[in-house]
Amino acid sequence: MNFFNLFKIAVKALNRNKLRAILTMLGIIIGIAAVICMLAIGQGSKDSIKAQISEMGSNMIMIHPGNMQRGGVRQSADDMQTLKIADYEALRERTAYLAAVSPMVQSSGQLVVGNNNWPSSIHGVAPEYMDIRKLSVEDGEMFTESDIKSAAKVCLIGKTVADNLFPGGTNPIGRVVRFGKIPLTVIGVLKSKGTNSMGMDQDDVVIAPYTTVMKRVLAVDYLGSIFASAMSEEMTDNAIDEITRLLRDNHRLQPDADDDFEIRSQQELSEMMNSTSDMMTVLLTCIAFISLLVGGIGIMNMMYVSVTERTREIGLRMSIGARGVDILMQFLIEAIIISVAGGVIGVMTGCVATWMVSAIAGWPTAIMASSILLSFAVCTITGIFFGWVPAMKASNLDPIEAIRYE
Amino acid sequence: MMEQREIIRISDLRRDFKVGEETVHALRGVSFTIRKGEFVTIMGTSGSGKSTLLNTLGCLDTPTSGEYILDGARVRTMGKNERARLRNRKIGFVFQNYNLLPKTSAIENVELPLLYNPEISAAERRERAIKSLIAVGLGERLNHKSNQMSGGQQQRVAIARALVNDPVIILADEATGNLDTRTSFSVLVLFQELYRKGRTIIFVTHNPELAAFSSRNIVLRDGKIISDTLNPSPASAKEMLESLPSDDD
Repeated sequence: MNFFNLFKIAVKALNRNKLRAILTMLGIIIGIAAVICMLAIGQGSKDSIKAQISEMGSNMIMIHPGNMQRGGVRQSADDMQTLKIADYEALRERTAYLAAVSPMVQSSGQLVVGNNNWPSSIHGVAPEYMDIRKLSVEDGEMFTESDIKSAAKVCLIGKTVADNLFPGGTNPIGRVVRFGKIPLTVIGVLKSKGTNSMGMDQDDVVIAPYTTVMKRVLAVDYLGSIFASAMSEEMTDNAIDEITRLLRDNHRLQPDADDDFEIRSQQELSEMMNSTSDMMTVLLTCIAFISLLVGGIGIMNMMYVSVTERTREIGLRMSIGARGVDILMQFLIEAIIISVAGGVIGVMTGCVATWMVSAIAGWPTAIMASSILLSFAVCTITGIFFGWVPAMKASNLDPIEAIRYE
Repeated sequence: MMEQREIIRISDLRRDFKVGEETVHALRGVSFTIRKGEFVTIMGTSGSGKSTLLNTLGCLDTPTSGEYILDGARVRTMGKNERARLRNRKIGFVFQNYNLLPKTSAIENVELPLLYNPEISAAERRERAIKSLIAVGLGERLNHKSNQMSGGQQQRVAIARALVNDPVIILADEATGNLDTRTSFSVLVLFQELYRKGRTIIFVTHNPELAAFSSRNIVLRDGKIISDTLNPSPASAKEMLESLPSDDD
């Protein structure tokens, strides 16, 4: 049997009952549109989280002091003094997988300029910190290695700090701000990064040489944490292993002792956040597939009614020479046409709906080519699957009875 | 008269149906031969087995025993698909209730059997459908939809559909049963025209009046042939039609 002829026959048969075909299609259209839209929303939020994380530096590795016991008593993180300058120097000199390393000591306090003041925190870091956190200087310049050596009384301030301490657009560069009792000369303003994915203002910050913060502000000899960045995202795991080995070595830990530090990578963070959004995507997609299933059942229902209603037509076709397989194919093709045409319209509807979601609700969305392909595959399978049983019924009719069916 | 080619030969045809525990004998040994160019009416009351005979002749049903040879092919041993092919190439059906596809033009209805024959191109299909419709006098109504036509016209479309595959036999099942007297005669005129052009026609009916218009009449009762008579001078349906009072006004 000529497939093209069968296709023609099926199209003509559908054409004779357009309204019903379109109504049946509606189920598939809604199902597919829902799948496309849900996957686009899921992917969109995933993409935006990813973008935020990579803005923070996707290769970033954070080393915190941790799990310190003294005589069986666990210490709070603030009391832990396990990370030293020597650790930082070791990481800087003796690792293969790290692109940049910076110590980090942090202190909170009030910043004062003239009669303006602002509570903020000061981060004592090395110049590499800029690369690790993907920070850049908007105005002025970064401090240098010699500022570190001399524990120079200089700092860079974030946008929020600048706006609050120097209202009215005064140029902060060259001015002196007091942090506690320490006067620091502002040598630069950081480029704004906005809020991060947790809603924290990333511009409410002051950075200064770590030596300055350690010696002049906090008067301590240990580090709050160490920031590093791996050569690439893929090398993060290797880098973590290397750091662990090096620090354990440096801290002279027994092989059976726990680490007295904690390493966190941005990768872990992004995995954690992705898993949340993945779950949402799975949930939404499940709902969408259920509606697709309902659409498929709609096709089956319509095909059943159609077979009964067209019993005489089937009898006639058989009596003029259609084989059972021709009838089977005709009804199957009808079902597939309905589901695939519904799929095409559904994809378009889904794209429009997605566009509306991002335009009206402002949600991030991303339509994936794979979700469109998936929808088509599902459509065709739905058509074959739900068209099969009614089509079998049609092809098994006895032509003698069918032709005289009232 | 020269002996014409045998189109149908059936011998001792039997057909039993199982209805629950009982066996119903619809055909109890029917034999006849139909040659090319005959116009045979098969008559019988309901329950005489004429429908079963028609289904068998139309290759829709297989006999329980006996032999059926259609144009040289042994039908009894054929499978479903082979019989479908035979129906498609050798048989033209005309039904009582026309069985046209609804909302479909005359030409598409007539094309239908050829759609199931992959050897025929779309152009040839159309050409043959048009020729066939012209032959039944519907050359002006090629694109009329089936629901825009009268009963007589619909039956003509059905006859055109039966002719389109150039069958060796036309099987008509009460083809005038749904039509008024005038239209019945005009359809009968068409059948007689086809008969004169050399078509072989089997016309199954319960209406004894129609026997006069055919060249041979077979009467069935209780699954057996009770008479098989030749009619050397069939009455003209055309004259009958002209003698009827006109109902134009």
